[in-house]
Amino acid sequence: MIEVSHLTKRYGNNLAVSDLTFTIEKGQIYGFLGPNGAGKSTTMNIMTGCLAATSGYVKIDGYDIFEQPLEAKKRIGYLPELPPLYMDRTPREYLTFVARAKGIAKSAIASQIAHVMEVTQITDVADRLCKFLSKGYRQRVGIAQAILGDPEIIILDEPTVGLDPRQIIEIRNLIRKLGEEHTVLLSSHILSEVQAVCDTILIISKGKLIACDSAENLEKRFSEASHIDLTAEANEEETRSILASVEGLPQITLSSTDEGQTKASFDVSSDVCDEICRNIFKAFAASGKVLLQLAPKTASLEEIFIELTSGKTNQETAAEEIEATGEDAAETVQEEINDKKEGEE
Amino acid sequence: MSAVFRHEMASYFSGLSAFVFGTFVLLFGGIYTMAYNIVGGFANFEFVMNAISFIFIIIVPIITMRVLAEEKRQKTDQLLYSLPISMTDVVLGKFFAMLIVFAIPVAILCIYPLVLSRFGNVSFITSYSAVLGFFLLGASLLAIGMFISALTESQAVAAGICFVVMLLNYFIADISDYIPTTPVASFIAFTVVIIIIALIFRFMTKNNYASLILGAVLEVILLVVYVLKSELFEGLFANVIGRLSLFERFYSFIDGVFDLTGIVYFISVIALFLFLSVQAMEKRRWSE
Repeated sequence: MIEVSHLTKRYGNNLAVSDLTFTIEKGQIYGFLGPNGAGKSTTMNIMTGCLAATSGYVKIDGYDIFEQPLEAKKRIGYLPELPPLYMDRTPREYLTFVARAKGIAKSAIASQIAHVMEVTQITDVADRLCKFLSKGYRQRVGIAQAILGDPEIIILDEPTVGLDPRQIIEIRNLIRKLGEEHTVLLSSHILSEVQAVCDTILIISKGKLIACDSAENLEKRFSEASHIDLTAEANEEETRSILASVEGLPQITLSSTDEGQTKASFDVSSDVCDEICRNIFKAFAASGKVLLQLAPKTASLEEIFIELTSGKTNQETAAEEIEATGEDAAETVQEEINDKKEGEE
Repeated sequence: MSAVFRHEMASYFSGLSAFVFGTFVLLFGGIYTMAYNIVGGFANFEFVMNAISFIFIIIVPIITMRVLAEEKRQKTDQLLYSLPISMTDVVLGKFFAMLIVFAIPVAILCIYPLVLSRFGNVSFITSYSAVLGFFLLGASLLAIGMFISALTESQAVAAGICFVVMLLNYFIADISDYIPTTPVASFIAFTVVIIIIALIFRFMTKNNYASLILGAVLEVILLVVYVLKSELFEGLFANVIGRLSLFERFYSFIDGVFDLTGIVYFISVIALFLFLSVQAMEKRRWSE
């Protein structure tokens, strides 16, 4: 369907996209995930012919976007980062222009526009000037423009930015519905969004593709090690001897607290995690000591994302950072990473 | 192309711009017709066309400034790039829409000689040749304005540059009479032109070396020609800029000469600047 091959885009000395290669199959929803400035928009702009690549090519259904742009562009509906609206036109006039430009038959224009306006729920504002529309409505007019004419491929750059939570859910449902008949590629820097609607996730960082798989597979692939935290009502010595009786434990770090408790943490392989927890529980029960906390933890997709995009090799580093910074940690850490990236650029 | 054309037409006529433009042309057309033909008693409508040609200095920047610059500023150019239409379609559609907006008041002006002929002997041939010249001149200036608009994303900058270009175009034929005609003066003037060309090249490519080399090569050629055949430079600069002026071509239409080379010249200028506009739009994708 879409073939992206060795795509590179250079701005002066700055490499925005570097040697990106992937293919997109028909009838699935793809999520393009990466922190701000990772090259998502640049890639999408190149894929839709808005930008020229320094090297590499993009083929839509076998048509090169640069060699045969008209054939290729007929198959694409694109919503750029900022919905490209003409502020002194109404959505209806705007969509009429787009419909004509897409070469939709005269007789079908009115019905097609009515259809997309209904799907995106903008019928109520159809005759208001775009400059008087709220951000959410503008976004929806932009989406209406992209899906007008029923293109096989729909590319949406951050479609839910600036929408309120209810609208976000509506748009997600809309994207899911579109995914039944179209190939959809959407970008986001919010993981939960991609996780919620996409069949396949492409993670991109610093212009490079670093992972491409389904959400479950990504989790499986990157959560080989599970992390176990435990707190016991015993001193360090006792805890150590109890744990020593459990088989298959690695090096353990222990720390005792003032209230006579001991904390331990260690990593084990995911597939034996349950078994080890069971054994630890039994060992403590047998010794008569109280086990206050036993918390196994596998890396969430969020952590995988942060780990991948921050370029750290140690899974724990990211996980610890999250714990350290509290509830909204994931976002904070991510923002930090983004800031760092932007700083670099 | 028709999609862009209809969209642009709707923009012009849903707002005030087309009407303001038309009013402006007709207002000055009316004032000078009254002054020359009705009060003055001349039967020459071409005098009116000659007199009002100065309005291009004002109306061309106003109507062309937004035509492509605004697309970029509002990011709507991304829509145009992603739609299955070519940049040639976009530029031609926009140009023809502007041309229609301009043609409507000119068509109304065409009625005036008919009205005047009721009261005296009006030479229709010279009158309508002047109107044709006026229309072609306007179309060429619109094409130039459009190209300037394609180079920038700020309407104000586009309008400013366009205004200066129109002004130069208008006065340059007169100024050229006062330019010294010695070979040295011509040589110096061309050197300045080369520096300007190199600077424009630098602005468009952002490449210091290439523009330096370009400037140096042009200057060397100039120097070689000057050393070998300095008599060529006698009055050359004044001649060249006099010939470049679009208004100068228009004046031959006013004089009642149905100038075929003039028509070809105007059409070539239109084609050249439309082509350059397309190239400027295509180039945006490479350097954004």
